[in-house]
Amino acid sequence: MIRTPLRPLARVLKARETGENPDHIEHENRRLRLENMRDAARNQAEGRLLTLALLFLCGFVLLGARMGLLAATAPLELSVGMVEEISSARADILDREGRVLATNLPTHALYAETRRMVDPVRAAHELARIFPDIDADRMAARFTDPQRRFIWIRTQLSPEQQQAVHDIGEPGLLFGPRDMRVYPNGRMAAHVLGGARYGQQGVRAAELLGVAGTELFFDGRLRDPEQVNMPLHLSLDLTVQATVTEVLEGGMRMLNAKGASAVLMDVYTGEVLSLVSLPDFDPNLRPAPPTEGEPADSPLFNRAVQGYYELGSVMKSFAVAQGLDSGSVTPQTMIDTRGPLTWGRFRINDFRNYGPQLSVKDVMVRSSNIGTARIMQEIGAEAQQDFLRKFGFLEPAQIELAEAARSRPLLPDRWSDLSVMTISYGHGMSTSPLALAAGYASLVNGGRKITPTLLRRENVQAGEQIISAQTSQQMRLMLHQVVQEGTASFARIAGYPVGGKTGSADKPGPRGGYMKDAVLATFASVFPSHDPRYVLIVTLDEGADTTGPEPRRTAGWTAVPVSAEITRRIAPLLDMRPIRLEAANAAFDAALHSSVGH
Amino acid sequence: MRSFLYFLTALAVIGLAAWAYRENHLTQQAMNERRALEREVASLGSAITIQRTEWAYLNRPDRLRELVDVNFERLRLVPMTADHFGEIGQVAYPLPVLRGDYSGVVEVSGEFQDLSDQEEDLP
Repeated sequence: MIRTPLRPLARVLKARETGENPDHIEHENRRLRLENMRDAARNQAEGRLLTLALLFLCGFVLLGARMGLLAATAPLELSVGMVEEISSARADILDREGRVLATNLPTHALYAETRRMVDPVRAAHELARIFPDIDADRMAARFTDPQRRFIWIRTQLSPEQQQAVHDIGEPGLLFGPRDMRVYPNGRMAAHVLGGARYGQQGVRAAELLGVAGTELFFDGRLRDPEQVNMPLHLSLDLTVQATVTEVLEGGMRMLNAKGASAVLMDVYTGEVLSLVSLPDFDPNLRPAPPTEGEPADSPLFNRAVQGYYELGSVMKSFAVAQGLDSGSVTPQTMIDTRGPLTWGRFRINDFRNYGPQLSVKDVMVRSSNIGTARIMQEIGAEAQQDFLRKFGFLEPAQIELAEAARSRPLLPDRWSDLSVMTISYGHGMSTSPLALAAGYASLVNGGRKITPTLLRRENVQAGEQIISAQTSQQMRLMLHQVVQEGTASFARIAGYPVGGKTGSADKPGPRGGYMKDAVLATFASVFPSHDPRYVLIVTLDEGADTTGPEPRRTAGWTAVPVSAEITRRIAPLLDMRPIRLEAANAAFDAALHSSVGH
Repeated sequence: MRSFLYFLTALAVIGLAAWAYRENHLTQQAMNERRALEREVASLGSAITIQRTEWAYLNRPDRLRELVDVNFERLRLVPMTADHFGEIGQVAYPLPVLRGDYSGVVEVSGEFQDLSDQEEDLP
């Protein structure tokens, strides 16, 4: 910086010439210099103030943000498992009334730190005394191995075992806190719950992961730290589930069936109140997946959801409903049922000859294959596919179970006219009992599409209207008549009018074709029939009633009595008042007259 | 004047330091208390969980059914069916309450009738 002199010679000489006081020049320059210095000082001060202000602003923003963050985050309770990043927390699963289906129980794992052990050989022998499956010599070898410093011995200990280990007095044997998934009801609802296993293990905690069922489907939700304190409410009713399991188990034993399943669903909300598949298992000790044999015979297999079967005549309801809904027939239309109906090399027969013609109602009541085949013949393949798709029979069932998406229905490769006819009476297309339940719910609830759910719902599902309310009313009456006049006479129970349709399907053999003595019997029922609230599907795999001179395998003798007993037991549990049959018939008449009047 | 201000400022700094020191200790104490409380909440929470699990385990449907079977002689519990629903008319009205004092001697008069042979018919 060039400093201007206070008395520049040139200006002073000039001033002297003109007779001015040269001191003025000095004063002026001094003033200018001072002004410059003042400006510089002010700039510096302003800069410092600005920096300081910025610093303070940053500080306040930081504090504010921290406070906002603290205020916004949900308060987390300290639990034993949350000390490390590995969290063993997992929300409870409750039934619709709040009864515990799955919960966590604190327990301890046992591990050894070999460097801190005083007498490893004695400790190994003492451990072998407490746990019979531990081999003392091998454990001692592991304890004395200089390569090993840390050994897991047990993932779960009972309090008694823990005390016994404590009493060994070995400082190298240590306990790590663990959470254990407990299903207090044992085998109840095993297929819905699935099971849990340990994931990543740390000394202070171990992850609990779902293996199957809702535990796997909702794994993220159950382990989400913010929702851990909010239990998951399922739509199951434990009391109803227990009753259905008890009756079904009894029926299965009496009829010597290989397996059985039952689905109980609310026809308006789609809530599954009970879902049973037998044989079942204990989710507390979930068996390993089978390595040999038919996977579908394993207890882990959920027959109601994963089991896609050709269900036979229960599917006739959908053929008849489509006939009614398209307007091509009415319940009184006469259908030609002369048999056998031949189509190319294929013949369609009835269980017995029902005469030359039957009304549509009697086709349902007597369960005539030829009748439904003739009804569907006029409607055609495309319309049938559309109709079944609307009911959800062509896709895997949507339900909150991890297994559901893995199995899909078996459909014909080419939807020929012959397929149309066989599918009309339930052959050539496979369906799971759960999908069937949803389909029947839509048939009788006024025609609205129902998506099954395992979560508790407050509201009625406002699904797409897939059949008209009038068709739905006609179907209710026909299902009622099947029980009152037709193949499901065992379903007449005091107090609760039931409507339903039987299905007895020969099971496909391992080498193609159908087996004669292996029948899958199904009964799809709705109750009370005049104003359906619930749909109940019962299937029995290879059941036979052997009380008569020869074994009776049709659903009317196997699935229907079991289903009737279930209905008799659970209807009161569902807060349903009994109603006399005449009252139900009167309700049907009233509905018929009001629809005629319109 | 200026030295007085310096003195005051120094005093204020000392005071603030003392306050901050105290505050720091109070905060630490509060955090310790919080930790203790959280531990207590956690242990009580796990106790509640254990109790709830035990309750659910003891009330599991299988066990209740066995208990019903074992105690059938005494309790005579049967599954609920349609027959157990009643009409509102089947509920009896409460019996009229007797008024007056009957604790002392009550004088009655009338004919004497021997009921000894009829007593056997009574339930």
